Amino acid sequence: MTAEQVFTSLKAKFGDAVLEAKLDALQPWILVVPERMKEVALFLRDDPAMQFDYLMCLSGMDYNDGKLGVVYHLFSTVHRHKIVLKVQCAKETPHVQSVSAVWGTANWHEREAYDLLGIIFDEHPDLRRILLPDDWGGYPLRKDYRVPEFYNGVKVPY
Amino acid sequence: MNGSKTLLTSYVSQPGEIKTSSGKTLRTDEMIINMGPQHPSTHGVLRLEIVVDGEIIVDVIPHIGYLHRCFEKHAEHMTNYQQVIPYADRMDYVAAMNMEQGYAVAMERMLKIEVPERVEYIRVIMAELQRIASHLVAVGTFGIDAGAFTPFLYAFHDRERILDLFEMTCGARLLYNYIWVGGLSHDLPPQFIDKAKEFCKYYRPRIKEFNDLLTYNEIFVKRTANVGVLPKDVAINYACSGPMLRASGVNWDLRRDDPYSVYDRFEWEPQVGKGEMGTVGDTWDRHIVRMREIEQSVNIIEQALAGIPEGNVQAAIPKRIRPERGEIYARTEAPRGEIGYYIVSDGSTTPFRVKARSPAFVNLSVLPEISRGAMLADLVLIAAGVDIVLGEVDR
Amino acid sequence: MGLLDKQFQNGNVLVTSLDTLLNWARLSSLWQMQWGLACCAIEMMATSASNFDIMRFGVIPRATPRQVDVLFVAGTVTLKMASRIKRLYDQMAEPRYVLSMGSCANCGGPYWEHGYHVLKGVDRVIPVDVYVPGCPPRPEALLEGIIKLQEKVRKESLVKKSA
Repeated sequence: MTAEQVFTSLKAKFGDAVLEAKLDALQPWILVVPERMKEVALFLRDDPAMQFDYLMCLSGMDYNDGKLGVVYHLFSTVHRHKIVLKVQCAKETPHVQSVSAVWGTANWHEREAYDLLGIIFDEHPDLRRILLPDDWGGYPLRKDYRVPEFYNGVKVPY
Repeated sequence: MNGSKTLLTSYVSQPGEIKTSSGKTLRTDEMIINMGPQHPSTHGVLRLEIVVDGEIIVDVIPHIGYLHRCFEKHAEHMTNYQQVIPYADRMDYVAAMNMEQGYAVAMERMLKIEVPERVEYIRVIMAELQRIASHLVAVGTFGIDAGAFTPFLYAFHDRERILDLFEMTCGARLLYNYIWVGGLSHDLPPQFIDKAKEFCKYYRPRIKEFNDLLTYNEIFVKRTANVGVLPKDVAINYACSGPMLRASGVNWDLRRDDPYSVYDRFEWEPQVGKGEMGTVGDTWDRHIVRMREIEQSVNIIEQALAGIPEGNVQAAIPKRIRPERGEIYARTEAPRGEIGYYIVSDGSTTPFRVKARSPAFVNLSVLPEISRGAMLADLVLIAAGVDIVLGEVDR
Repeated sequence: MGLLDKQFQNGNVLVTSLDTLLNWARLSSLWQMQWGLACCAIEMMATSASNFDIMRFGVIPRATPRQVDVLFVAGTVTLKMASRIKRLYDQMAEPRYVLSMGSCANCGGPYWEHGYHVLKGVDRVIPVDVYVPGCPPRPEALLEGIIKLQEKVRKESLVKKSA
C-alpha cells in the first residue's frame, strides 16, 4: 500500500483528524491531530489492508518554532509497507494521546520523549522519567535548554 | 539520588492470599529486591527492581539511565555531520562498526550518495567481524551468568584475534571511527585479506568446540531451556529485533528484508529459533541463534574476501555535507537488532535532530513480560539472554 | 592504613620491616571490584581474560565492595550514577584505592562540553589514586596503571602519611 492510499483511507475514515500529508518527501508522512492519535493508531494496526503491527521508532521533536511533535515510524510485518505519522502540539500545552496500549514498545519510547522533551502522553500507564533522575529539572533536548550549574551539590559544567 | 519511595509509584504491592485445606486464608507478603546498578551480573549499570513472592518473580521494573551520555544532544551540537560518528561508536561500544554503518547508510540515503563497491565490501567484512566479536562477548558473559567461567576465556581469546584485525586496519581496538559517510577512513592494509582468511579458517572449528563446551552442556540446557519464553506476537508488539525476534520464530533479518549494502550477493541464511531444547523463543533459542549467526557471518566474510574489488575508498566522501531540508529514517541490522537513525536536517551543516532507535533499549522493554512467573535465579539468565549493552540502552 | 595507622611516632627497624611486609602483601593482592560502567569495562574484561591475564598481578575480581582493595572506575560516570559510586567507595574497607580508567572517568572525555548528564571526572565525588588516560585505554595501559598503583602502595608507611 502506498502512502497516498494510506492517506486517502485515513482521510475517508477520520476526516478532520487527518490534517495534511507530504507525499513527495523522501519518506512520505501524514500529519494527525494529537487528540485522536490513538484511534488512528488502532485503525492502522487492525485494518486488514494496513496491519502496521511494528512500531519501528517513536521520536520526540522540538521544532524550535513554539511547537513540539512526535514522529511515528510504522512498518507492517505482514504487508511489508511503511508509513510515517506525525503529530504536533504547542509547547505550552504539550499533550499527545498515548499509543502504548496499541504497541507495547511505545511505552518506553514515550517515557523517553517525556523525559527529554517534556511531551505529556495522556493515558500513558506509567509516565515517569526514564533516563534522567526523578529530581532532574527541565527537558534537555528542547532547543532552549540550559544546563544547570549544580545538581545535588555536584558541579555539572566542565 | 532517587529514593525508593518515588520509584515504587508504578507498582502497588498486593499481598497474595492462599487458601489452606481447612478453608482458612493465609496472607503472604511480597518482597522487593534490588539488583544493580553495581551488581556484577547486570551487564553494566542496569538496575532491576524485582517483586518476588517467595522465589517466584511477580514483576520486574527495570530502571535505566545510569549511562545516559546525551548522544542526541551531542549530535545536534557537532560542527558537521561526520563528527557524530565517534559518538555513534560509543553508543554500542561492543559493536561500534555496526553503529557507524547504520549512521553512514542513513546519511548516504539522505544525500543520495553511491559509495564505491570496494567500500561496501569492506563494510560488510567489518560489520560481520564485529558481529562475531559482539556475539562472542554476549555468549561469553552469558556463560559467566550461568556459572561457567571457561567459555568466557574461550570467547575473549577468539575475540582478541578479531580486534587484532581491526587494529591493523584503523589502529583502534574498540571504538574505530572507521566507517565514514561516503567511505572509510583507511583502506585495508596489504596483509589484511590473508590474515582475515586465516582467521576464518582458524575460527570455524572453534565454533563447534564452543558449542560442545557450553551450548549443549547438560546443565546449561537445563538452566536455559523453557526459561523466559517470548511468544511471537508479543515480540512483534514490543518491536523486538535481531536474535531476540528471530529466536521467537520470526524469520526476519534486515540484511535480507530491508536490504542495504551488498548482502544480497552472498549466500547465507537468517537463523531462526526452533525450540530444539524446549519452547520456541526461550533463552536457549536466543543463545543458539547467536551461535549460528556467528557461523553465517564467517560464511559472509569468506565470500566477501574472495570477491573484494579494487577501488578508492575515499572517492565518494563529500567535502562538505549539507543535505537539503528533510528527514530520513534508516535501519540496519546490528548484532542486537535493528539500529535505526532518524535524522532531521534543516538545510544547515549540522543535524537538527538525530534520534537513535537502539535495539537493546527496545528489547529490554520486554523484560518484565518474559520474566513474570520465572524463578529469581533465572532472571540473571533471562536478562543476559536479551544481550543488552547499556551504552545503547541509555545512549 | 588501618588499625596501626600513624600509631608510631618515629620509624625504627621494626616498623620499617613491618612496612615492607605489609606493603608487599597489599600490593600483591589488590582485589578489584567486579563491575563496569561503559566502554572501558569491555577493555577491562579483555584485560581479565586469558590474553592479558590481569590475575597475574594479584588482581582478583570480587563481587562486593566490602572485600575489595581497589575500585576501577571503568567508564563514563553520570550524575545518576555518581551517588552510587560514592556509596560503593564508602563501603570499602581501608586501605582503599581508586583507579580511574579512561578519559570519561578522568575528566568527562568526549562528553565534557555538551554532556549535561555526565560527571566531568570521578574525582569530583571520590579521591583518585591513579589516572589511566585513553578512550578507551588499551589493556596494556590498564596494566601499567596497576603497576603504578603498586609502586604507590610500596612507598606507604605506618609512620608518615602517604602522599
